[in-house]
Parts: sequence; C-alpha cells; structure tokens
Amino acid sequence: MTASLLQVSGLVARRGSVEVLHGIDLEARPGEILAIIGPNGAGKSTLLGAIAGVYPARAGRITLAGRPITGLPAEAVVRLGISLVPERRQVWSGLTVREHLLLGGYHRYWRHRSEVRADVALPQGIFPRLLDLDRRLGGSLSGGEQQMLAIGRGLMARPRILLLDEPSLGLGPLIVREIVHALDRLRRAEGLTVILVEQNVKAAMATADRVAVMERGRIVLRGTPAELLAHPGIKAAYLGKGYEIAG
Amino acid sequence: MTFYLLQALNGLAYGMLLFLLAAGLSLIFGLMEVVNLAHGGFYMLGAYLALSAVRWTGSFWIAAIAVPLVLGAVGFLLEWEFLRPLYRRTHLDQILLTFGFAFVFSDLARWWWGADVQSLAPPPGLDRSIPLLGTFFPSYRLFVIALGAAMAGGLWLGLGRTRLGAMVRAGVANREMAQALGIDIGLVFTGVFAFGAALAGLAGVIAAPIQGVFPGVDFETLIVTLIVVVVGGLGTLPGSFWGSLLIGEVDTFGKTLVPQMALVVTYLVMAAVLIVRPTGLFGGRPR
Repeated sequence: MTASLLQVSGLVARRGSVEVLHGIDLEARPGEILAIIGPNGAGKSTLLGAIAGVYPARAGRITLAGRPITGLPAEAVVRLGISLVPERRQVWSGLTVREHLLLGGYHRYWRHRSEVRADVALPQGIFPRLLDLDRRLGGSLSGGEQQMLAIGRGLMARPRILLLDEPSLGLGPLIVREIVHALDRLRRAEGLTVILVEQNVKAAMATADRVAVMERGRIVLRGTPAELLAHPGIKAAYLGKGYEIAG
Repeated sequence: MTFYLLQALNGLAYGMLLFLLAAGLSLIFGLMEVVNLAHGGFYMLGAYLALSAVRWTGSFWIAAIAVPLVLGAVGFLLEWEFLRPLYRRTHLDQILLTFGFAFVFSDLARWWWGADVQSLAPPPGLDRSIPLLGTFFPSYRLFVIALGAAMAGGLWLGLGRTRLGAMVRAGVANREMAQALGIDIGLVFTGVFAFGAALAGLAGVIAAPIQGVFPGVDFETLIVTLIVVVVGGLGTLPGSFWGSLLIGEVDTFGKTLVPQMALVVTYLVMAAVLIVRPTGLFGGRPR
C-alpha cells in the first residue's frame, strides 16, 4: 500500500475543559475513503476538528505528507490542503450559494482571482443543483442542498484531504446516495482522500475503504468494512441482525 | 405641522450621526464579541482634532478627511498592539482594556483641549439656513443627512457586494467556520476595528458644528450608541441603521416635547423593543 498522506499519533485534545481525545493514532492514505464510526460522544467530531486545527492538540503529532501541522491554526491548515466540512453543515443563512463557494477558495483569491472564479465550476459539476441555486441564500436551502453546498465550499480549497462530518445527518436516502456517489467520483477523478465521520454505519460501510471504530476518545478497532462485518461485536453493536455488506 | 417636520429632520440628522457610530461598534461586537468602550472616545477625539485641524489648516474639509484617517490609524495600533495579545484571555479582559483607553482618551482631551464647551463653525457654503417648508432650516444639517445616507449606502454595498464584505458577514455569523475556510479572521477584525474607529472619528468631526464638544461627551455618546446597537440588534448593519434613526427621532422629540424626561423616553423605547424582540429589531437568534 502507498505511504500515508495524513499521520496522527498520540493525539490528545480537549473541547472546553474536558479531554475528549485520549491518544489517537490514525493514518489516511492517498485516494482512500476512511470512515470513522462510533457512538455519540466518542470524540469523532473533535478528532476531525483537531486535525483541521479548530481544536488545539494538547499532545501528540499530526503530519501531512511528512510535514508537521500540529498546533497550526485552522486558517493555515486549510491552506496546506485539509478542508473541513463540519457537523450540521454550518451554512451561512445570509450569504448566497455563490458567496459560500467563493469564500471557500478565499485563501487563493487574492493571487488567483480568475482561477477561483473558474474553480466554482468544480462543485457545480459535482452537484449541478448548486448552479441553479447560485443566487439563493444559504438559509433558504433544504438540508440536502445545504450539505451539497457545505461539501462544495470545502472543495473550493482544492484540498488533498476532505474531512466530512456526518453528511447524512437528517437527509433522505436518495440524497445520501447522491452525495456518496459524488465522493466516489471525486476520489477517482481527483485522487481526493476523504475522512468521513458517520452515524449512518450502513452508508459508511458501503462507501469506505477502511473503517476505524471510536469509543470514549480512543480508536478501539480498525479494518476494512468486510473485516469489521466479520467481527461479531461490531455487527451486533452497530448494524443489527441480518445485515449483509451488500445492504 | 411644520414644527414636527423640522423636528423630524433634526432627528434624522442626529440619527445619521448615531449610525456612523453604531455601525462600527456593532460590527466589532458581532465579529469578536468585544464591546469597544473606547468608541465614544474616538468620537470625542474626532471632534477635538477637527477643531485643531480647522485652526491649523483653515479647512473643514481637510479635517473631515484627515481626522478619520488619523483615528483609523490609532484604532489600528490599539487593536494590533494592545487588544491582540488579550485574545487568549476572556472577553472581560478585552473590554476592560477598551474601558481603560476610554479614560486615557478622556484625560488626554481634558489636558490638551481644556474643560470648556467648544464648537466648530460649519464650513463655508453650509453655514446658512435655507428656505424649507415655509421656514428656514440649517443647510449643514441637510448635508449631515445626505452624508449619513451616502455612508449607509456605501457600507451596505461594501458589506453586501464585495468579497471583503462577505468575509466580514461570514465572520460575524460564524467565526470558527470562517477560519476553517482559511480566512484570517484576526486580520479582518483589525481592519474592522480600525474602520470603526475612523467612522466614529468622522462622526465626531461632522457633529462638532451641531453639538459642540466638551469633556464627558465621549461617555454620553457611548451610552446612546450602545442603546442604538441593542435596539437595532448586534452585528447587523440594517439594525444599526434603523436603530439609529429610531433613537435619533425618539431623543429629538423627547427633548422638545418632554424635556424633563428625554433620557427616560429613550430607555423606555429600548425596554419596549427588548420586550417584543429580545435580540433587537434586526438581531438573529441568540448565540
């Protein structure tokens, strides 16, 4: 297998005054979809936030393609190619769809103005609905449209790694499928690496190349979806009886 | 009837002045949750510096351009040198710092310009009253109304139609998300802080021919501006605008109709707005 693109070792992070991550080891390889599953409060969102620089690391080390990024602020991390699509989408109700996309490419904007304008075509190509919604305000969009916008905004940074926090939350199965297909196309076309946090284990298992299971701030299990499905505890805890990988 | 219309125009002129103050204060609060208690100080310094600049250069217009630039630079230094190191501390520490600067500005002004009420003549060409509604109205006040409206329009376009404006709006609504997109929100804040100081300074220059300037005007103005921002809703430009006009009219009519209760009337309006809309006229959900 190829060398890892992102390497996390011994990561300890707090959210407020509570330590949420107690030493996380994780790696992501180029072009793979890595799913992180686990119960509520396991620290999955905090892990994504800590990688993105939103929550400072108290201990441990994060490297991107060998380069240490531990302790860098969020605005520096995104410049290096890690883009966060946060939980509950965090779409701005008072900004238009186009403004969201342009802001996502902001850090290249001053020097590459026309390039960023042209880049808008990428998320619009992946989610054509964003083109129809161009002038609409973020607050007027449906949940699925907001999720597409949040992902599109994240892609505008031209990331090497997309951190995706619960994209399926509150969405119908058709839209989840559209988003999953889009991720798969991106991975094939652009070699994008995706780290996906999901409560919807079924969707995560169907999409991911590898899966890590988090519980109470630690990674307790990792493997391919097939390996995890063979694991009796996982199947019982997350999938219920009678589930098969074909779903 | 004419009396009421003229008072309404006076209220409009005062409201436009308040808007120049409230816009900066509200945006600064919206971005960083810091109430800049030195904002009234920038207003006062704007008026005093205008006095000196007019004495020195003989031109009101040079003062109206140079003084806001100088105070913008002072705001930049204050934020960059003093406020920035406190961002890791609590908001209370940051607010206390601006309170300290409010006192520094106040004492500096008293020491340099003295304790007398001073005022500035309107610039030539705007120093007469013109016929209006069968009577006469000071042309300078009409100029203030026009200038305020132009600034409001410019700010509205700047915030609504430019990339920088989109960044400011994004930062006001969700600072963490803006940072996660690679926006250097600290730099945006420095810019907004300096711009707010310059606007407050401009308000001081513009107000000097109408209201005059005297020790204590800084805190008086700060309080009225805070009322405007609370009434209009924190961090919103339309809120600052309509809140300013409302308080401008209420204060003006209060002072002419029930002079002994003028300040009470303003507070009553604020209380009434807060009962109906706790986040202000244009405020969003509480965070």
